[in-house]
Amino acid sequence: MTEIRDGRRIIKEPVTTEDIKDLKAGDVFYYSGEALTGRDAVHERVVVDGQDIPVDISDKILLHAGPIVKRVDDGWECFAMGPTTSMRMEDFEEEFIRKTGVKIIVGKGAMAEKTEKACREEGCICCVMPAGCAVVGAACTESVLEGYWTDLGMPEAAWHVRVKEIGPLIVTIDTSGRNFFKDRN
Amino acid sequence: MTDRIYSKKMTEIMAQFIKHTAIHLPDDVMSKLGELYEAEDNPRALQIYDVMLENLRLAEEMERPICQDTGFMQFLIKCGSEFPLLGDLEEVLKEALAEATEETPLRLNVVETFSEENTGTNMGPGAPTVWWEIMPGRDNCEIYVYPAGGGSSMPGASAVLTPSQGYEGAEAFVLERVLEKGPNACPPLLVGVGLGNSSETAALNAKRALLMSVDSVNEDEGAALMEKRLEKALNESGIGPQGLGGKNTVYGVNVVDTARHPACMGVAVATGCWVHRRGHICFDRDLNWKSDTHKDFNY
Repeated sequence: MTEIRDGRRIIKEPVTTEDIKDLKAGDVFYYSGEALTGRDAVHERVVVDGQDIPVDISDKILLHAGPIVKRVDDGWECFAMGPTTSMRMEDFEEEFIRKTGVKIIVGKGAMAEKTEKACREEGCICCVMPAGCAVVGAACTESVLEGYWTDLGMPEAAWHVRVKEIGPLIVTIDTSGRNFFKDRN
Repeated sequence: MTDRIYSKKMTEIMAQFIKHTAIHLPDDVMSKLGELYEAEDNPRALQIYDVMLENLRLAEEMERPICQDTGFMQFLIKCGSEFPLLGDLEEVLKEALAEATEETPLRLNVVETFSEENTGTNMGPGAPTVWWEIMPGRDNCEIYVYPAGGGSSMPGASAVLTPSQGYEGAEAFVLERVLEKGPNACPPLLVGVGLGNSSETAALNAKRALLMSVDSVNEDEGAALMEKRLEKALNESGIGPQGLGGKNTVYGVNVVDTARHPACMGVAVATGCWVHRRGHICFDRDLNWKSDTHKDFNY
C-alpha cells in the first residue's frame, strides 16, 4: 500500500507489485511495516542449505543489516541498525528472491547482473539507505518481534523487526532491471 | 599508586575512550564533513548528508554508536620503555575493550577463522589487533584506537611493483582499487596509501596513514603531490556520498612511506568510511591524559 504524505512517498506493509512497479532507479521512498534482516549466513541457509526462511517476507522487506540488539526483560531492543555491503550477497540474491518472493531489498552500495535479472523477472527492487546512520535506523525501529537463527551470532542472525517510515530509501535497481550505479546521470 | 590501582585506572579511561569514539566522530572529521556538506550542490547528495548529520546528532543525544558496525578493534601503541604499565598494556586494553563492549554496547564482531564461530566477546586469537612501537628512554604512552569496519576494510589491498612501474604505477593501483571498491565502502572516504619495501610494510603504512588527521600533508614534496593528485582524481570521479553521485568523494588522501629495496616497491591502500572513528590518546607516567582527536572527551 502506498501513501503520499507531505510530499513523502510511504510504502506500507503489505507490499504489493502495484507499490513498486512504477518506481524508477533514483526514486526515493520510506517504508513502514515488518522487515527481516539477512546477511551472508541467512542467504546461505536459504539458498545453499535449502532451509525455509523463518518469516514469510513476500510482502515485507529484506534488510541487509546486522543490528546491535540488547536483551531486555521480555525480548530484545534494537540499539543500532543500518545497512551492510549488499554486494556480498550478490551470488545468492537471485535465487533468494525467487525462493522468498521478496519485493523490496534494502542495503548499501551496488548489486550486479544476477540481481538485476531477478528484479526484472520476479518484480523486485533494490534500494540503499544512507549507511553508517545506525541511530536513525534504530529510531525508526518500533520493536524487535523475534530473533531467528541467533546461533549465527548477533550480526548474522535473522532479526524480525517492525519499522516506521524507515528511509530515505533510494531505488538502485528497479523492476525493469535498470541499475542506478551503472546508469546514473 | 600501586601497579594494580594504576592499571585499573588506565583500564577505566581506555574503556570510556573506546566508548566515546564509537559515539563521537573525531574533531577533524566532523569539521571536514561540514566542509563537504557546504561545498555540495547535488540534491541527492545533500539529502544523504542531512541524514548523516541527523544521525550524528542522535548518536550524541542518545549516547549510541554512530554505526551498527562498531568494528574489529585495532590498537597502535607507541609506548616509552620507561612507561610504568608497559608490561600490562595488552591486558589493560583487552579489559577496556571488554568493558566498552558491554557498556556501549559494541557489536560482537569477532569470528574465529575456519571454525567461523563468533567468540561472543569481541576477542579471540589476534583480536584485538595490537601493533607496538617502543620509544626508548621515554616514560609516556600514546594509543591509537581504530575500530576497523567490515565495509570500509573491503577496498584494502597491497602489491609489490617493479621500479619501472614506479610512482605512477602506485597511483594507478590505488586509483583503480578505490574507484572499483570505494562506492560500496561508505564514501566520503579517507584514503590511506602506504609505500614501502614489501606488501606487508606498505600495508601497515597505509593503516598508519588512516590514523593521521584528514588534513595532514606529507612533509616530502613528492608524497604531498601524490596525495593531491589522488585526492583530485577521486573527487572528480563523481562517486559522491554513498556512491550515489556528488561533488566530493574523499575526506582526503594520506601517504605514509618508508625506505625500500631498490628493486621493488610495495604499495598498499586502506580506506576509512565517512564514520571514520579513529581516536588518539596520550598518557604521561602518572596517567594524566589528553586526546587531540576528541577534545570533548571527559572522564
